[in-house]
Amino acid sequence: MTGLRRLVLILTPYSWLIFFFLIPFLIVVKISLSNTALSIPPYTPQLDLAQGWAGVKDFFGNLDFENFSFLASDPLYYTAYLSSLKIALISTFLTLLIGYPIAYGMAQAPDEWRPTLMMLVILPFWTSFLIRIYAWMGILSNEGFLNQFLLWTGIIDTPLTILNTPTAVYIGIVYGYLPFMILPIYSALEKLDGSLIEAAEDLGCSKASAFWLVTLPLSRPGMIAGCFLVFIPALGEFVIPSLLGGTSTLMIGKTLYEEFFSNRDWPVASAVAVVLLLILIIPIILFQKNEERQREANG
Amino acid sequence: MNRRFSWFNATSLTLGFAFLYLPILILVLFSFNASKLVAVWGGFSTKWYVELIHDQAFLDAAWVTLKVAVVSSTVATVLGTMAAYVLMRAGRFLGRTLFSGMIYAPLVMPDVIMGLAFLLLFISIGLDRGIFTIMLAHTTFTMCYVSVVVSSRLVTFDRSLEEAALDLGCTPFDAFRSVTLPIIAPAVISGWLLAFTLSLDDLVIASFAAGPSATTLPMKVFSSVRLGVNPEINALSTIMISIVTVGVISASLFTKRQIARARADEQAAARG
Repeated sequence: MTGLRRLVLILTPYSWLIFFFLIPFLIVVKISLSNTALSIPPYTPQLDLAQGWAGVKDFFGNLDFENFSFLASDPLYYTAYLSSLKIALISTFLTLLIGYPIAYGMAQAPDEWRPTLMMLVILPFWTSFLIRIYAWMGILSNEGFLNQFLLWTGIIDTPLTILNTPTAVYIGIVYGYLPFMILPIYSALEKLDGSLIEAAEDLGCSKASAFWLVTLPLSRPGMIAGCFLVFIPALGEFVIPSLLGGTSTLMIGKTLYEEFFSNRDWPVASAVAVVLLLILIIPIILFQKNEERQREANG
Repeated sequence: MNRRFSWFNATSLTLGFAFLYLPILILVLFSFNASKLVAVWGGFSTKWYVELIHDQAFLDAAWVTLKVAVVSSTVATVLGTMAAYVLMRAGRFLGRTLFSGMIYAPLVMPDVIMGLAFLLLFISIGLDRGIFTIMLAHTTFTMCYVSVVVSSRLVTFDRSLEEAALDLGCTPFDAFRSVTLPIIAPAVISGWLLAFTLSLDDLVIASFAAGPSATTLPMKVFSSVRLGVNPEINALSTIMISIVTVGVISASLFTKRQIARARADEQAAARG
């Protein structure tokens, strides 16, 4: 590529990302270190471009860790972080338990079914997430579809309270992220060499132990990828706890949103975001490692 | 994988797909319910659709959403394709690691953090929030998805074709336009569709990036269902789900036909 063309090609997306992605993050970090003020915007100091470089220097000076010590001192925040972690972990595990048999069934299905089965898994991706979660509000509420059905069959005689409890959040996360679990497991199972299982069975393995000793370990990379793909977004989830969780379920994404829009405490909201990002870095790095190992293994 | 489709497989597929699709079916069914009550069937009626069409606030929000989605996904496709090309073809340059980091980070970043970051940027630079700022925010996060889709196509692409065009005297730009672009076009189109869908769908980033002056459809939906089920929203959801379903099924039929045609061509050539 010639010099100038190459430069333009690189610089256009690069400068866009620096201006609209990197700089906003630096601002979040900076504001998490600012003082709360009763004005709009409710923090000091502010970036004053009219002052030129001195304004920028003033903006990035005056560091203050007060907001972080506030996060550590108020039980609301660490309870919210812990409960998000717990909800994300449990629902990831539940998604794995439900997603694996589906992916396994797809991998065992006759060839001519597969495109249709794939399409059925992918279709929800293209459907609004908000609408899919909203669908559960009508099902789980006290006078909702599920309770009507259970009352009708006589399994229960008083309606169960599910909506606005953590149970509803678990159902919502499993439902919303199930395709993310099924697809990587399916692609691992699909690549699996069937002669390995035949060999295990010829050598005297029962079907169950062949599954346990051959299929399951060989599908592990898919399971790991699926778990990260569910866990990472579930941790910062906002829509599911706000529609299904009610006031009783604390999740950090919702806390951040409310801190910002209801309490208008921008510095604290920014500090919440910075800590959430620090928590997420570990699973994101582990996920990248897993993906790289996969790429190397596949040559 | 050797295939022995057992009863266990059939049961898990049936239950799994029932779990995925029953809630949507119930939602669609209750959009035709005459009663306003959540799960009490009051007879068939299309009155919620009529009310929806006459609800100016929804129509305005739908129009805003559509404008944002068209503009941001188009700009994102241009920027994302450029970014993919840079990642796969431009070789080493200063800050390449930072660049690829900025491409992959938005894919795993929680919406609330991205939204907060955009809002604080817009306020810091004194940009009035409205439809324009939603477009900027959506362009930024969707271009990363486009660039992932396009670069996965560029990886499997036979580079010697590009090199042949250059050897035969094409300028790099001509080689891109007449060789590379037609080959990666399907990936560019699916990147655009993905960006468009993500933009249509986004609630959190739009809520942060939109000031009081602009409301998108997801924001309107969210504020009307916060307090409970609303049959008008069921009607709206049914319309959106039908559009998506028709779109996805026709796209997959189209690709199936393309593959069948390519296969027939190959066979014809082999008999040749």
